[in-house]
Amino acid sequence: MTKRATLVIALFAATATVGAQVSYDRLRQADREPQNWLTYSGSYASQRHSLLTQITPANVKNLEMQWVFQARSLERFQATALVVDGILYTVQAPNDIMALDAVTGRVFWTYSYRPSAAARPCCGRVNRGVAILDGTLFMGTIDGHLIAVDAKTGKPIWDVAIAKPESGYALTHAPLAVKDKVIVGPAGGEFGIRGFLAAYDAKTGKEVWRFNTIPGPGEAGHDTWGGDSWKRGGGPVWLTGSYDAELNLTYWGIGNPGPDYNGDLRPGDNLYTSSVVALDADTGRLKWHYQFTPHDEFDFDAAQIPVLADARWPEGTASSRSGQPGRPRKLMYWANRNGFFYVLDRATGEFLSGKPFVKVTWATGFDERGRPIQPVDKRPNAEGVLIFPGNQGGTNWYSPSYSPRTGLFYIPTWLNYDTVYAKRPVEFVEGQSFGGGNPRTTIPAGIQTATNNYQTEDEGHGAIRAIDPLTGEKRWDFKMADVTDAGVLTTASDLLFSGGREGYFFALDARSGALLWKATVGGVVASGPMTYAVGGRQYVAVAAGSSLFTFALRQ
Amino acid sequence: MSSALGAAKWVSGIALVVLCTAGPAAAQRFHVPGETEQGEILYQANCVTCHGLEGDEVRSADLSRGEFRRGSSDDDLIQIIRNGIPGTAMPANNLTQIQAANIVRYLRSLAAIEPLTSVPGDAARGQSLVEGKGACLSCHRIGVTGSRVGPDLTDVGRVRRRVELERALVDPGAVVRPANRRFRVVTRDGATTVGRLLNHDTFAVLLMDDKEQLRSFAKPELRSYDFVLESPMPSYRDRFSAGELADVVRYLVSLKGIEPQTP
Repeated sequence: MTKRATLVIALFAATATVGAQVSYDRLRQADREPQNWLTYSGSYASQRHSLLTQITPANVKNLEMQWVFQARSLERFQATALVVDGILYTVQAPNDIMALDAVTGRVFWTYSYRPSAAARPCCGRVNRGVAILDGTLFMGTIDGHLIAVDAKTGKPIWDVAIAKPESGYALTHAPLAVKDKVIVGPAGGEFGIRGFLAAYDAKTGKEVWRFNTIPGPGEAGHDTWGGDSWKRGGGPVWLTGSYDAELNLTYWGIGNPGPDYNGDLRPGDNLYTSSVVALDADTGRLKWHYQFTPHDEFDFDAAQIPVLADARWPEGTASSRSGQPGRPRKLMYWANRNGFFYVLDRATGEFLSGKPFVKVTWATGFDERGRPIQPVDKRPNAEGVLIFPGNQGGTNWYSPSYSPRTGLFYIPTWLNYDTVYAKRPVEFVEGQSFGGGNPRTTIPAGIQTATNNYQTEDEGHGAIRAIDPLTGEKRWDFKMADVTDAGVLTTASDLLFSGGREGYFFALDARSGALLWKATVGGVVASGPMTYAVGGRQYVAVAAGSSLFTFALRQ
Repeated sequence: MSSALGAAKWVSGIALVVLCTAGPAAAQRFHVPGETEQGEILYQANCVTCHGLEGDEVRSADLSRGEFRRGSSDDDLIQIIRNGIPGTAMPANNLTQIQAANIVRYLRSLAAIEPLTSVPGDAARGQSLVEGKGACLSCHRIGVTGSRVGPDLTDVGRVRRRVELERALVDPGAVVRPANRRFRVVTRDGATTVGRLLNHDTFAVLLMDDKEQLRSFAKPELRSYDFVLESPMPSYRDRFSAGELADVVRYLVSLKGIEPQTP
């Protein structure tokens, strides 16, 4: 064991006796207790990077399975677990919260929630996890409730109906707890909802602020919607945001406009769809925004994790760099579904860079202010137009990771993947699908098998792609035969964990991309791996199929 | 030891709402749910919405007194439960003969416990007594206040009748529901932990200890583990006056748990 590993283990052995009260200060300084995993992405910066180092590139081959939790649900297990002082909290789809012994996988308690029959989530009765603050867990439900549950007993504390399931609203992402509030927003971009982000008092469930992701009359950005199209403009929220305590800004990716594929019904840029918004965490007031895909007609949701990192960014504008290392800046790294990797200044929202990380044809580049340049012949029409990347994007909701040690940004990627987009007339009917198009792709859904017999290995496949965020240049690829819905975890021992649709969970060398270890988990990995430690022993957990698998080094 | 724990799997499988018809707690090491108790579970699942927990919410069909207007024999009542009463709000129910018979047993038991007092009581005064003089929250929890060590009372008024609450206050040892029994583990080095059993299996015991920590014990490391059959709750027969008792019961009956809010 290295000296550093010993130090880290000694550190968490000392703090393991801290009570389960997860204060805001603990959340803010999550990197001081790497034995725990306190938020969906591991910290407010959402790097999904752990400081634990017991498992290393040298010994990772000795990983063995410790326990499996099989959910009583056949839904895809998309939740990232939290671990607090030896207790693991996760969600059994659709909306049962479980508390497990993180060492043995045995269940302490289950909070069972039966969603209303009116729930109609677009893409599975799924949930991506809970948030914790003090002694309370928070979960959004597929029928539009936000629920607070006692982390010791699983007893509900409050239950607030925040959105109407019969109109297509569903809560699927893990909430974000900041200070004394819980922030959440609804999915439903395929149903013509009008999205929002709202903060609720953690003690009472009372709404404290609300930010409409589709601005109404009198709100800034309302003029980017023709007619009354804003009323059904979409702008869902279905992935957890990030938070910068110094700036007191919380960052969230906003999903697609409605209808998804036919922009004729909604003239204008359609703010704040397919954008990132930076909100004051106390008031919900918009500090800045950046729209990745103006007037999006490709369903290029900006439902990705805003990754916060600090680095020296070269001075100058996007087109006239001095090439000299610049001053330290607060940056945001964003691998977007639309195929571009972005660097933004997260204090001001300034566009610093946008580089394709996969083949991109819907835009040819950016103007000085960071607006994408979109050729007129690259918009959906009645006949269909072929676009790279395809409908599921160059990446999607799958968590990326940034390692401050390697300086690399790791993206679960769909490569060589396209879609033919054709627009169709569509009328809005509340609670019904509001797509307005027919995207067609060669990528089959589900696990690829030889019987498909019409697709080569290179045609639309997955990869973990490592890029240098300061240049946007590719460093390496770990290629998969099938595509991937798995997130990425990196650790301070320069390991990378991920998986894919083929049902493998694997470890790579984060510096080279070399495969170091793999396990067959027998189901699609559609979740982000996480790591924790109890009693000085490091564990790595990942959900696959409808089960949660946990690994540690052989003793 | 092992057989006691084998029987305890029943406990974890039974809902919190079980009525023990057998004798005092000390005799309940092995708990097999009785027919009356199954009847209570079925009543709460199928009947309570209209008839209420006390059985008296349909004015023309008060089930709480052991006398029934539409029939007197068990068979009459079973027929009514299964087939409903045409022309009234009483629907037919998809229940077996045995299930309906168990509900009848439960209904006949409702009048078995005599109330100690007929004073209506005052919920606000009861709340002050629960939070003050009674020191109830040193063991129990209501909402987000109080200890998690004893049974949570947040929704006790939804699952317990007035007479049951009254009896629990004056004679807490008379009936300790299986789900409320405490559990004690002693490690090989003699350290004792008492708490609420959450789960156990061949290799592990999981409980919440009296410091409200979720704890997991490996059985090979334990010298002994078993239920504590006595209730740690003191009797309030002499601590509260009859009026105070009525106030506390009234308050507890008002505790219905949390309801979804719509902003």
